[in-house]
Amino acid sequence: MQDVIIHITDREGEKHTVLAPTDMAMNLMEVVRSYELAPEGTIGVCGGMAMCASCQCYVNSEHELNTMEDEEDAMLAEAFNVKSNSRLSCQIPITEILHELEIELAP
Amino acid sequence: MIKTDILIIGAGPTGLFTVFEAGLLKLKCHLIDALPQPGGQCSELYPKKPIYDIPGFPEILAGDLTSNLLEQGKQFQPGFTLGERAETIDKQDDGSFVVTTNKGTQHHAPIIAIAGGLGSFEPRKPKLENIENYEDKGVAYFIKDPEVYRDKKVVIAGGGDSALDWSIFLADVASEVTLVHRRNEFRGALDSVEQVQELKLLNKINLITPAEIIALHGEHKIEGVSVTKDGETQVIETDAFIPLFGLSPKLGPIGDWGLEIEKNAIKVDTLDYQTNIPGIYAIGDVNTYEGKLKLILCGFHEATLMCQSAYKRLNPGKKFVLKYTTVSGINGFDGTRKESPKAVVKAIV
Repeated sequence: MQDVIIHITDREGEKHTVLAPTDMAMNLMEVVRSYELAPEGTIGVCGGMAMCASCQCYVNSEHELNTMEDEEDAMLAEAFNVKSNSRLSCQIPITEILHELEIELAP
Repeated sequence: MIKTDILIIGAGPTGLFTVFEAGLLKLKCHLIDALPQPGGQCSELYPKKPIYDIPGFPEILAGDLTSNLLEQGKQFQPGFTLGERAETIDKQDDGSFVVTTNKGTQHHAPIIAIAGGLGSFEPRKPKLENIENYEDKGVAYFIKDPEVYRDKKVVIAGGGDSALDWSIFLADVASEVTLVHRRNEFRGALDSVEQVQELKLLNKINLITPAEIIALHGEHKIEGVSVTKDGETQVIETDAFIPLFGLSPKLGPIGDWGLEIEKNAIKVDTLDYQTNIPGIYAIGDVNTYEGKLKLILCGFHEATLMCQSAYKRLNPGKKFVLKYTTVSGINGFDGTRKESPKAVVKAIV
């Protein structure tokens, strides 16, 4: 499979269904940026190093995602609006297991 | 008033390289940056992280790139206004500009180069009701003068290096230091974590984890904070609340300078990276144009073209051709000269 379908609810509450390529080493934050679902400068501020939490999202589906590493865990400990289903989307690589994933961008 | 040829707003890699390119054209630069040190994101966010796409460097640490750029431009003697944010701009009758910082420092230049990256770094403020009302009334996001807290009760929130370091420092200054963090684990240097642990055992730091500040109290100034831990809430009396949740970049006052803004960036003409206001350029991550890529190497290119345009603007009609440093060498403003060694020509007899 080359592309997976991802359902993204933006910060205004609007739902988008997008196609994300699995063969371009992209992460979820980059997919959001590529579809311009959040204004430039408000997402992926640190470039994707788990250092700013501007790409925080809530995972609303039951997908088994890659395990959170220490850097992401520590950043979320300092972020705002964190919930139990919070992840930094820059730390989620686009792979086939994400097919039909549902996420919501945190404020 | 500080006077210069090109006033650069932002001392990240693009701003620093501008100093070099301007210097080759005998133009002097002065840089303003909200951070206390040059380097922008490279030194503030990830000095120890490698960058792999700087031409000629298969791998270079972001902090080393900053040091190299400072070294490369130092013979052109740039000036720095650090720890201050460019706040206002006033166009003069002769077309030049006066830029004033939040601390009132004034800079006068005929050319402005905005190289502000994603904006000036500002503290991330926790979303607590009425927190703005307590700013400068006990709530502070930076510690400028630790003596302010002498013999006072202080509550610090955060789990990074600055929360740890200031808790350690203030343990000897304040009458009471409370450190609140949402987790038991801290994201800081190991020895800082150990020091906090020791100070906790000595009762010099009141460590509350995993916990969160949920409300602020006080009539005219901060008098207490509500801390929730394991579902229970307690009010801690305090004279100061210092949330240290890191910094995030904001375009800030530059967004109100009358520049054309698109996608949180400044729109420029790719001919020379000039903005809609003649004499004001925007280079590096702060600008936008069709096909824009936010890469350091693109910022270097933009800085180079921008300097050529600035030269023409400052010296209308004056002839100039691009020089190669290998051929011409570099004449520093400090009297130094760098040049390639002359070839030795000897006849073979």
